[in-house]
Amino acid sequence: MSDPGTATPSVPPGGAVAVSDAVLAKAVREESGRIVATLTASLRNLDLAEESVADAVLEALREWRVHGVPPKPGAWLTQAARHNALDRLRRDAAYRRKLTLLAETPAPGPGVADERLPLLFGCCHPALGPDAQLALTLRAVCGLTTAQIARATLSSEPTVAQRIVRAKRKIGAAGIPLRIPEGDERVPRLDLVLTVVSVMYNEAHLVAGGDAAADRDVADDAIWLARVLAAALPGEAEAHGLLALLLFHHAREAARAVAGELVLLGAQDRSRWDPALLAAARRELDAAARLHRPGRWQLQAAIAACHAEAPTSADTDWLQVLTLYDLLGAQDRSPIVRLNRAVALAEVAGPAVALDDLATVAEPLAGYHLLHAVRADLLRRLGRADEARDADRTALQLTTNEAEQRLLRHRLALEGDARPARGAARH
Amino acid sequence: MKYVIMFTSTPELDAQVPPERAQAVYGAMYQWFADNADKITDNGVELQPASTATSVKYGANGPVVVDGPYSEAREAIGGFTVIDVPDLDAAIALAKSWPGIELPGVAVEVRPAVTDYSQFE
Repeated sequence: MSDPGTATPSVPPGGAVAVSDAVLAKAVREESGRIVATLTASLRNLDLAEESVADAVLEALREWRVHGVPPKPGAWLTQAARHNALDRLRRDAAYRRKLTLLAETPAPGPGVADERLPLLFGCCHPALGPDAQLALTLRAVCGLTTAQIARATLSSEPTVAQRIVRAKRKIGAAGIPLRIPEGDERVPRLDLVLTVVSVMYNEAHLVAGGDAAADRDVADDAIWLARVLAAALPGEAEAHGLLALLLFHHAREAARAVAGELVLLGAQDRSRWDPALLAAARRELDAAARLHRPGRWQLQAAIAACHAEAPTSADTDWLQVLTLYDLLGAQDRSPIVRLNRAVALAEVAGPAVALDDLATVAEPLAGYHLLHAVRADLLRRLGRADEARDADRTALQLTTNEAEQRLLRHRLALEGDARPARGAARH
Repeated sequence: MKYVIMFTSTPELDAQVPPERAQAVYGAMYQWFADNADKITDNGVELQPASTATSVKYGANGPVVVDGPYSEAREAIGGFTVIDVPDLDAAIALAKSWPGIELPGVAVEVRPAVTDYSQFE
């Protein structure tokens, strides 16, 4: 490994101290994206910069676990990454030319709120596929290792590694700029970034074969990234909107998973919702509202706020929730929005109306387990028990998440379904 | 950076475009070349329909001549142009402004050209 040079690990007298991986992960997350951004700017080569930082992160995870996190983790990582870049350049034919680039360490230009943002926009460029956007963001901006990304995204390590290599090559070869888009392009491109962050949060919560206890790491990374965006782009209402949405969801985490079992919103013990996180979420939503630029992330956060404000599930202001879904549906025509709207519609207009409405999304969402779970619930409320059981069984077959499977099996058992679920054979 | 932009379309959909509309779009295309002359390094060529193509490929007994384009895709390349712009965003902006893009079945493919041959040294 490379010599981290001037960095001095803070080893307490008496020997090495083990540091919790959470502290390690936090330090890596805070520092690695900045270093990738700075090194990319001086080397003009994202691939080389990113590889050098990724190796430094692996070295840090090894070293810091034993010797503790150094007092200046950023300086340690920067130094290690520069050494790695040098090592790589020595093997490069064009070594001398590029070496001079490394000597110049440009400071972030004036007006750049956060040097990680141009990198983030580059990683989430529409010329890259959604899987590549997510993998590259997790690695280059959040400093996750390939193995961590593979676990969080349910992919094999070689698949993730290949995705990242291809994406970096395309950025270099196709001339994808690392830059915060201006003008008309800003809003749609920011929405792509926010989508990647939202997917990151959801992936951490729906790890197939995993427990309802979410993969804390990547969910925290998503919230951290949403915070970075909202802080660096204070005038972008939707950046605050996404942060508010994620905070509302995170506040419910303790009530959402009880002893590894998934508890649906309506049945959650609301006293277990985190009041500090709820307050922080409301502050973000207020900050967004003051900018008077509504959008789909703010609307989703506003819906989450409606649930947060109801002391019990029965107190939910469903009419307001439905109105918000109508506004959301006008901006986002995805059938998922229509499905979620149907849940509110059932509370306002009754299950029969909602069931009719679901016919409009039956085709696009035929393979989506939650469509069938929602249909089952509506059918049960209409006294159509046989059809409800069929729908629940279809939902069970379609989900790969173990906690969701247990919940559906529990529901089928309550319905007196003695037949073995076909979905159970999948694991 | 140099990019080749390839204009692709679906012949059966092209045939459905009313002649007046096709004429208007064709005029706009001329204007597009004039407006972007500073970014275009080679106007390239417009191709005759794919039905006029002949392919030559290697068979068991040497090169074989076959009627038709090399690919059986529904879409066909109708022409290409070489541009020189700072980055992919600029190339995409130019592709978005191509007048033909509003016709059904039309797409513009943007491909970076190899300009650095050091990798082959």
